[in-house]
Amino acid sequence: MSTSSLELDVGPAAALRSLRFRGIVMDVPIVLTTFAICGLGFVVLYSAVGESSSLMIRQAIRFAVAMLVFGLVAQVSPRTLRMWSPWIFCVTLVLLGLVMVNGVMGGGAQRWLDLGIFRFQPSEIMKISVPMMVAWFLHERPLPPTFGQVLVLLLIFCVPGFLIARQPDLGTALLVMASGGLTVILAGLSLRLIAILGVFALSAIPILWHYMLDYQRARVVAFLNPESDPLGAGYNIIQSKIALGSGGLFGKGWLNGTQAHLEFLPERSTDFIFAVMGEELGLLGLLVLLGLYLLLVGRGLYIAAQAQDTFTRLLAGGLSLTFFVYVFVNAGMVCGLLPIVGVPLPLVSAGGTSMVTLMAGFGILAAIHGNRRLLVS
Amino acid sequence: MNAAVPLKDHWKEQKLFLSRLIAAGVIILTLTGVLIWRLFQLQVVEYQVFSELSQGNRLRIEPLPPTRGLIFDRNGTVLAENRPAWELIITPEQITNLEDSLRSLEGLGLVDPAEHESLFESIRSYRGFERVKLVNLTETQAARFAVRRHHFPGVDIQEGLIRYYPFGELTGHAIGYLASISPAELQRINRGDYAATSLIGKSGIERSYEDTLHGSVGYRQQVVNAQGRVLLDPAMPASVAPISESSQGSLETRWPVPGDNIVLGLDIRLQTAAHEALEGQRGAAVAIEPATGDVLALVSTPAFDPNRFAVGLSRAEFQMLNSDPDEPLFHRALAGHYPPGSTIKPFLGLAALHSDVLEPERRAMCYGHFVLPGNSHRYRDWKPQGHGLMDLHESIVQSCDVYFYQLAVSLGIDYMGPFLREFGFGARTGIDISGENTGLVPSREWKRSQFSRREDQVWFPGETVITGIGQGFTLVTPLQLAHATATMAAAGQRLQPRLVIATENSTTGEVVESAPAMLDVLGDIDPLHWERIGEAMIGVTEGLQGTSRIAMRGAPYTVAGKTGTAQVFSIGQDEEYDAEEIDERLRDHALFIAYAPAEDPTIAVAVVVENGGGGSAGAAPVARKILDAYLVGEMDVDE
Repeated sequence: MSTSSLELDVGPAAALRSLRFRGIVMDVPIVLTTFAICGLGFVVLYSAVGESSSLMIRQAIRFAVAMLVFGLVAQVSPRTLRMWSPWIFCVTLVLLGLVMVNGVMGGGAQRWLDLGIFRFQPSEIMKISVPMMVAWFLHERPLPPTFGQVLVLLLIFCVPGFLIARQPDLGTALLVMASGGLTVILAGLSLRLIAILGVFALSAIPILWHYMLDYQRARVVAFLNPESDPLGAGYNIIQSKIALGSGGLFGKGWLNGTQAHLEFLPERSTDFIFAVMGEELGLLGLLVLLGLYLLLVGRGLYIAAQAQDTFTRLLAGGLSLTFFVYVFVNAGMVCGLLPIVGVPLPLVSAGGTSMVTLMAGFGILAAIHGNRRLLVS
Repeated sequence: MNAAVPLKDHWKEQKLFLSRLIAAGVIILTLTGVLIWRLFQLQVVEYQVFSELSQGNRLRIEPLPPTRGLIFDRNGTVLAENRPAWELIITPEQITNLEDSLRSLEGLGLVDPAEHESLFESIRSYRGFERVKLVNLTETQAARFAVRRHHFPGVDIQEGLIRYYPFGELTGHAIGYLASISPAELQRINRGDYAATSLIGKSGIERSYEDTLHGSVGYRQQVVNAQGRVLLDPAMPASVAPISESSQGSLETRWPVPGDNIVLGLDIRLQTAAHEALEGQRGAAVAIEPATGDVLALVSTPAFDPNRFAVGLSRAEFQMLNSDPDEPLFHRALAGHYPPGSTIKPFLGLAALHSDVLEPERRAMCYGHFVLPGNSHRYRDWKPQGHGLMDLHESIVQSCDVYFYQLAVSLGIDYMGPFLREFGFGARTGIDISGENTGLVPSREWKRSQFSRREDQVWFPGETVITGIGQGFTLVTPLQLAHATATMAAAGQRLQPRLVIATENSTTGEVVESAPAMLDVLGDIDPLHWERIGEAMIGVTEGLQGTSRIAMRGAPYTVAGKTGTAQVFSIGQDEEYDAEEIDERLRDHALFIAYAPAEDPTIAVAVVVENGGGGSAGAAPVARKILDAYLVGEMDVDE
């Protein structure tokens, strides 16, 4: 470990230079795919926000910031990341606590911390710091994890999950817990334990139901039977299905979506932008987008497979799988496969913190791949 | 995996990881397949259905309003009902220029121009297809609009129900009123529930029992064209419908469920008697049934007419109500803070008996003033020449201040405070409508925390002295006073005051009565002590020197009462109080508490008349009218 700086200059390491540009780490496939997704997102968003240029400029600024964060994170060595993991996790946890105490209300929930110049959601950072913490915890330990270790891991992702659920932001809470859970499963959690925990999770549903707020329950009921409340929670699902379905194979054409432009569709620029895209660009447009997402996830899994130690392997795998979960949860909710949980479509929905944390996650992937070296075992 | 040798087997771990990664990849592809299959279903297989729904024809969901529950008094008299009325309705998505439409409606005299901005904002906060109620119209206004209807696409009149309170301002404070949902309330409620109704309970019963009264919204699915004309409706016969569509069968209707009816403990006869007795004055009266805690009358004057809110109060009208110096919107019975004055004496007398600090028969001389040892300040009696020899009974009957100054000093603030709190003073009674104030029972800790200057934080002996006659810091609400009097009447049994005694399912007619809520029973006080105080309070209304003997003269039942006169304005040491000279607003508050029949009390009342002068002349006659209405029944609703 201590000789790592020397090793970089020896033969095999030099071969990796192809992934570097004058010493700067950047993963070309990731950069190209994210640019493609964001570009497509911009096009759809422009239509969804009613061709408002000021909103587009704000989104462009967020994109620039996100890319900057990506570039910076990619330069951090995985070893440094690993050493920082527990600290990042603790700081995020404290920030979450602060949100509980004096966060800013927005849309009926207390999610934001106001930092004067901008507001951000610590719960978004948790989506990265939880897999980091899990990977850090398992790094030195022999795998698969023992039962006792699994209990500690459960604590690591259930405590922030609980805090976020209280905000209340059930969607993000579930995603944060999923990010931790997927990382643990990748670490080789025995199938028997997965089954046991699965049963536990299922039996927790009634308890969860008990603690849910009225609007959250309404959403679940509306998902199971949208027609039961067509004026309230079921409205979104009905309208987004009409938007998607009426788009057909080729779509109504860019800027021509009637569902979106006549304001039938709620949350057009954020949670339901997938429906706007489906209406205007049709099934073909959605397939292109899904294809790009799969490319990105595939690249992440490839990086995980190539990674050389437990920490980077688990982290890369966990982040990639979580990214797919975001995509699936949003798309699934918009087309009525899943209940409405208020999760944005990654890299496409308007919104700052989400895009920045996603790109930071990809920065970590790039860093892992760009800094790997052939170990002499 | 041996615990003793925690070595990492890198080769095995990597193999395990890779197998998991491959499994994950398979799952990802499967899930993506499911997603694509679903999208294919929606966008290709069912394309035709959704396309029709979205393009030429749109599915509109017409919300159907539930009927709000009725409110009855204890004898079944209707206090709140629903009456037919005309409503002006606007559908934002069908309006090309909202600004112009509003201006033309204002030109017709249907909409108040002063409301322009707020209406504009409120309409924009609704979804395009939602039908927004603008205002209620009178018959003539509705007729004026009907002939010009074709000029206003997207604007319509419909028959709706409007809340009506037959007793108007008599029940304004107790029952409350309905008004438009505010933006803050819009955040709190489930918007779907209010899709067909635009009003929500703002105060009193209408607010506290909003969920019970409101009912659940129904809906009817309709197919409309781009102009909003109904093309298909489940109520339409197939031969009449302009289009016949494959989805005709799927159009459904769910009827609204009316809200539950509510039965109050109020007796409108008492309510009327109390209101009329207080008419033209600022004051409050509360009557409670001691055995149940049922509030028989809850009056605060001046009051407001809740019917004006239901029709839609203009901004100017609301301003006028709000800035009226007599504060008609202020619920004095629940939120008014008043010094209890001498009405506190029976309670402190009981405290003195219970704590054994005095022998009730022992007489003390009243010279008309009281002096603390080592202090020159004279605490004066209301009777300058003094009452002469006084025992506990006579000091309550004649309301001797000097006797109670001494009594307070003997008890000390640390005993009086907790004892008064046991009667419910200094805390909300927990009545089932909001807007209650806590009142105040002072203590050393309270004073320490309340004042910033060190020298003010000390509890002074003089403050104990005046607490004895209900002056100083002590504050009570009329409701607390009535509650405490009811507790006195029931010899220590405390029942939580309540307005609602039952709810009735308006569909099935099933009545659910709610049980009275018993609060902490007062600590074991000797029954003889209750009796002694009760006798003294009877003396107040019947004794030769009783302070309310005139107001209660000739009552065919026995009344136990106590007068009170609370100073608003403090008079200097040597000045004389002259009611004529000082401003009406600085005159004393008049108070009176009573329960009757004294042998077996069925009603307890408290009356406060702001700046009403002395309790015997200002408040006792009001209480007499309430008691007569209940016990003699000479008042009639129809009168």
